[in-house]
Amino acid sequence: MNIALVEYGAGNLPSVERALARLGLESRRASTPEALGSCDALILPGVGHFGALMRSLGERSLVKPLRDAVASGVPLLGICLGLQAMFAASDEAVGDAGLGLFPQKVSALPPTDRLPHMGWNQLRRVRPSRLLDGVPSDAYFYFAHSYAALDAGEAGVALCDHSASFVAVLERENVFATQFHPEKSGPAGAQVLSNFVRRAGEKQ
Amino acid sequence: MSLAHRIIPCLDTDGERVVKGVQFVNLRDAGDPAALAARYNIEGADELVVLDIAASRDHRPTFLETIRRVAAELAIPLTAGGGVNNVDDGRAILRAGADKLTVNTAAIRHPELLTALAAEFGSQAVVLAIDAKRVGDHWEAFVRGGSVPTGIDAVAWAHRGVEYGAGEILITSMDRDGTRSGFDCALTAAISRSVNVPVIASGGADAPETFLEVFREGLADAALAASIFHDRIQGLGELKQYLGEHAISVRQTG
Repeated sequence: MNIALVEYGAGNLPSVERALARLGLESRRASTPEALGSCDALILPGVGHFGALMRSLGERSLVKPLRDAVASGVPLLGICLGLQAMFAASDEAVGDAGLGLFPQKVSALPPTDRLPHMGWNQLRRVRPSRLLDGVPSDAYFYFAHSYAALDAGEAGVALCDHSASFVAVLERENVFATQFHPEKSGPAGAQVLSNFVRRAGEKQ
Repeated sequence: MSLAHRIIPCLDTDGERVVKGVQFVNLRDAGDPAALAARYNIEGADELVVLDIAASRDHRPTFLETIRRVAAELAIPLTAGGGVNNVDDGRAILRAGADKLTVNTAAIRHPELLTALAAEFGSQAVVLAIDAKRVGDHWEAFVRGGSVPTGIDAVAWAHRGVEYGAGEILITSMDRDGTRSGFDCALTAAISRSVNVPVIASGGADAPETFLEVFREGLADAALAASIFHDRIQGLGELKQYLGEHAISVRQTG
């Protein structure tokens, strides 16, 4: 299978590549519209700033190809900021449009608990999840963020609680995303990546 | 369901090899960083810190290679630091495979560096490391590997560092470092109360009781230790089991 990691000059590509390699999976980096158009599965990793990510995608003319790939049924996995980029907008960069795969916006977590939300936390599953298939219900995942999607309608399949209840796992048809870093989440995270790749394979 | 308290093994290196010392002096070799990283990744560490305590310019490429070798062994987050003087130093460390970087001496000299690093990489990637020593009725921040006093109050500095952009504080008690006499809970609690970012306690780790204390009384979000893990005096699994039995939320593994 041809797995492409969207490369936009930021993010944590090497750690995602290594996590896939540990599962025996090869991946390549895609930084052009052509490269995005010719793969079986896409992963959008991300760390940093919502506005910087969207501007980088824009400068590389990757926004429309990404949307087109999703519309044509290519499975997409967003990680951390990659999840946030799927929304219409974010408090972190008012005025910058997101990919708009979901109409809601990303909000700043309220400072009721320590921020950033940094470290290992558990999930609250609210709907059946393909990504969490086979993952123990008490598993911990690694988070590092101060912004989050508080609502994604039916697509929010698992939530997490820190300062507020927010979307930790997002699934809708061929679109998947996690607010946590599966590539940094030990065996539980490896299972999530493996589930994504397996689901992507079924689409062929 | 709540955020787990993190247990973080720390690899102090001379850039290439893990070294050990008591209260920042008398360094001796303690092993290969990548081999230790592989062991801690399996044994249930929640994160790993690797520091270049020599931090000399000449050895920079060597340390970056060490970060690469360590990161290759990990499916958990990695924090790296030592000698970060500017945004380019930070970028090199993150590109080598670290998720977060620590800043110490340079941030005290130029606090705006914290702002610049946070703007470039996000505050979640910027850890302000403070080496503090009891002086009279307060704690003073020291720099250059704990050798130079600054006259700056460590607790006030932590608070200001967060305002400048730090997303986490790593507080090391120089009085306790390497002594195995317990964390400085008073220092850690004072720091923890002065900021709203996560606080990692360091210096003085010993038996599981010392970790319980620093989480309960020191209000730490994470606890860091080196030699008790390197020398297998304390196993990560049994430490976490002990903490879990004492109602501290931890990520149990294996």
